[in-house]
This record gives sequence, structure tokens and C-alpha cells, in this order.
Amino acid sequence: MDKRHRSSYLINLLVILVVYGILQTLIGTGIFNNYFKSIIIFICINIIMATSLNFSTGFLGQLVLGHAGFMAIGAYTAATLGVLMHSVAGMPPIVTITVSIIAGGILAALTGVAIGIPALRLRGDYLEIMTLAFGEIVRIAINNLKFTGGAQGFTGIPRLMSFTYVYFAMVVCVAFLMLLSRSRHGRAIISIRENEIAAESVGINSTRYKVTGLAISALVGGIGGGLFTFQMGFLQPTLFGFMRSVDILVIVVLGGMGSITGSVIAAIVFTILPEALRDFNEYRMVAYALLLIVMMILRPQGIFGTRELSITKLLRRTRAKTKKIDTESLKGGDD
Amino acid sequence: MTLLEVNKLMMNFGGLIAVDDFHLKIEEHELVGLIGPNGAGKTTIFNLLTGNHYPTEGDIKLCGKSVVGKKPYDIVAMGAGRTFQNIRLFNNLTVLDNIKIAYNKSMSYSYLSGILRSPKYWRQEKKADKACLELLAVFDLDGYAYSIASSLPYGQQRKLEIARALATQPKVLLLDEPAAGMNPNETAELMETIKFVRNEFDIAILLIEHDMNLVMGICERIVCIDYGKIIAEGLPNEIKKNPDVIKAYLGE
Repeated sequence: MDKRHRSSYLINLLVILVVYGILQTLIGTGIFNNYFKSIIIFICINIIMATSLNFSTGFLGQLVLGHAGFMAIGAYTAATLGVLMHSVAGMPPIVTITVSIIAGGILAALTGVAIGIPALRLRGDYLEIMTLAFGEIVRIAINNLKFTGGAQGFTGIPRLMSFTYVYFAMVVCVAFLMLLSRSRHGRAIISIRENEIAAESVGINSTRYKVTGLAISALVGGIGGGLFTFQMGFLQPTLFGFMRSVDILVIVVLGGMGSITGSVIAAIVFTILPEALRDFNEYRMVAYALLLIVMMILRPQGIFGTRELSITKLLRRTRAKTKKIDTESLKGGDD
Repeated sequence: MTLLEVNKLMMNFGGLIAVDDFHLKIEEHELVGLIGPNGAGKTTIFNLLTGNHYPTEGDIKLCGKSVVGKKPYDIVAMGAGRTFQNIRLFNNLTVLDNIKIAYNKSMSYSYLSGILRSPKYWRQEKKADKACLELLAVFDLDGYAYSIASSLPYGQQRKLEIARALATQPKVLLLDEPAAGMNPNETAELMETIKFVRNEFDIAILLIEHDMNLVMGICERIVCIDYGKIIAEGLPNEIKKNPDVIKAYLGE
């Protein structure tokens, strides 16, 4: 690791801790009430859902319309385990959440592999329809299964979620996707989006990387679903319908397909916005739709396109600017 | 040693015989040209050699091993790199990343060490950066390393595609119309590049080309096909005078 990277990691870590500190103080001192706290928790969950979908849609380049299906698998797995571990076996909250969300993520990833192998043979519209069908199958299966409580819902899940836990879970998920996308495996996945035939012609095993990419996306999506469970305390199949997949996809498209930081920012905006517009209840969805249309006309590639927002680069740029001004003002005199 | 050996190759697209009884032998360090009028089946042969199509009949051996039925990425690993007639770069990525993707096989760190940024990750990434920049320098592209691939001028994009194919460390390089769309100056420069690549990397090259100056100028041996069949093969001078070749190109 060279100096440049080390300082960049340190700066990012610092920003993450400062943001955490500010939010935690606001919640701890009661300036943010429970309503604000739950919005912040949902922002974190939406960030996880959006960045994970972005991995398959923006990085791998395969439009997935059934991301809520992976979320549902993660959510119901975590709910079942959560009840067993916490309410029945009496394990501490942190252990319960960690084990259940990871189990949920893994089960979602395995489902991702299972549907990825046949589905990823298809391209474009056909793949979209297949993933859409997958999401619906998961929802209908949950509706008709016994242990999920069917349409009446899954009740009695311990509400264990704290802001600290969800925040750091979000940081870990985003960092995981970010670091992965900048390794040799991440580059291979991106090359499939750029040009699949060319990727194969330089030795990239496209089948394997496509399935892996979808599985990773499902893994993180499943973890997001698990966190959602412990915040809600109640699950029902309608929570994971087609509209949920579309909501997540809208965040990804607006943030920029292929930009993790874009998804993060869009997730923040599009979680707060519907809440802020609650006063204009009847016009809320109209305003939301209008915003989407305007955005697609003015900036179809999303807020960031495929670029990433880098705090380190911003800092370096401002420093370089001030330095330039300094040297310019010093010109004329010394050496 | 024979690097590439093709015997009795036939390709049938639902009744249309695109390639018929094609054979080819390429020795180490050879520079062979494949010519023929439009629609003669040249690109089909390339696609058969690189695993994009599977032949109806016949055998293709790369370094002594059959490649029939293998996927393109496996054939690359066995030692055949290619470029495309219509350039296929990773357009939105940087020039360096284009090369590094092709260099993937030379790195071995796992998913876990990639995510945790282990010392192995840094070591291999650093080595890859160095090797890829050196490769770009060979093509005078190192100045563009951090530019987006699609922003390069056409000629440079062609060069980048060749450089990318070389990053997979092939033993045989297949170039599909490398001079397409180039002006005479660029073509002349390309001829030098191809000759240089062959000597520098000590590889065999098979190229499809319409530009006769280029083909006659650098190829040691030429195979001419028409309607999927070989109509002539031999030295450039022999091909130039061959009545069948003239007939195929100009008609009677």
C-alpha cells in the first residue's frame, strides 16, 4: 500500500466516523426523534439495496427487475432465525442479527446462483422478464407457505435494530462492493458490461463472472432484507412486490448505473423526499413522477453516470487550487 | 513447432456452406495473410479458430491440442489472441484498464485478498500496472494510459486493441482487418507495428486484410479463399500472378 492510498483510506474512514458521530449525537440528545431515527435507518437499508442492485445492473450490466425477491429471501430467513435465536434461545441481539442477516444473505446468494445459471444465458429484454418473474415467484411462494405466515404476515420478530448497527452494516456493505469493483474480479465484471464478446476474447470467463456478479448482488441484497426485518418487526409478502424492485431500480438509475456513490446519494435523496412531501399528500406521487421525468430528460445517465464521488480527490483538488493561488501570489519575488 | 494446425474444416450455416475443406498450418514466428473477396468466409474462419462458432466438421489444433468445442476464453488461455474487424474496446474504461482486464489471467489473488487489500493484492496490482504501462509504451500509447478508450483517435484504438490482445500473452495473434478504415499513412505505420510486434514478442501472426499493399508487403505466405474454399496459397509474388486469384477479385 503506498502513501496515496493510505491517506485516501484514512480520509474516508474519518468521514465515516464523523458522519456517524454527528448522527449519533443528534439521536442520542433527542434532537432527532424516533421518526427521524427510523428514516435514517431506512436510508441505510435503501443504500444497501441500491448499491447491491447497482452491482448487477450497473457493473455487470444485466438489468435485474426482481431485486425485491432477493431482499424477501434474506428478510424471511433472518426473521425465522431471529425468532429462533433471540425469542426462543435467548441469544444477545448483536449475535442474533449478525448470524441471521449473514444466513439470509447467503441463502439469497445461493438463489442468485440457481436462477443465474439459466437466466444469464438470456440477454436484454428476455433476462428482464425472467428476473421479473423470479421476483413474483418469490412473493407468491411466500404468500402460500406455512412458516412465513402467508398473506397474514410474519409476526413477532424481535425489533432489535439500532442506528449504530445498521450504519456500520451499511458501511461494510458499501465498502465491500466498492473494494470488490476495483479488484481484478471487479474489472472482469465491468468488462462484461462494456463488451461481452471482447471480454471473452481476452480470456474473461463470462459465464462464471456473470453468475458470481449476480450472486454478490443477491448476497448484499439479502443482507439488506435481513436488516429491514429487524427494523420492521413484521413482514408480509406485499412489502416485496414488483413496486419494491422498481423503487430500488429508480434509485440506481437516478444515482447513475455503475456509480456506487451515486446510488448512496440517490438513496438518501429518494428516502427523504417522499417523507418530506408527506404534507402535500395528494400531490406527492405526482411530484415524484415529475422529478423522474425531468431528471431523465436533463440527465439520462443519472447524477454521477459511471463516475464515483471521491472525498479524497475533492480535497486534493481544493488543496491544489489553494496552492496554485499561493504560488501565483508569490510569483515575482523569490526563486 | 507447428502452432496452429487446421484440417478439413467445414462450417455449414443451415445449408449455406461458409467454409469448405479449409486447411492451414502456421509455424512459429510466421506471418501469414488470409485474403479473399467479400463474403468469402474469412471472418467465419477466425470465429471458428477462436471458438465463437463451432465447426460442423474438421479439426483445429492449437499447440498440439484440439480447440474444437472450447469456449473463446479457454482458447485465449491456450494461446490465441484476436482483434475484431469492427473495433471492440471497453469504451468507457481507461486505456490502462482495457489492458489490465486482458492481463487478468496473469494475476492470481483471490476475491478475499482483493476485498481486504492484502499485500498480495498490492504486489500484483503494482506489477500489473507496470507491465501494462510497458506494453502501452511499446505502442506509444502510454501517454494516453488514463484517457477513456473511446476518446482515442481511430488509429490509436486499433493499436490499443492489438496491445490488449498481446496482454493475454498469445502464441498466435489473429488480426481481423487491422487496416480497415485507415489512410495510407496510418496503414504504413501499422505495417511497421505488425512487423515489430512479431519480432518483439516472438509470436506468429495470421491476418485478414483487404489492403493488398499491406498483405503483399509483410506477409511471408498468403492463403486466398473464395466461397469458403482455398483457391490459392503460396508466396506473395505467386499469389499476385495467380489467375484464379485475379479472377476471384476482378471477375473474368
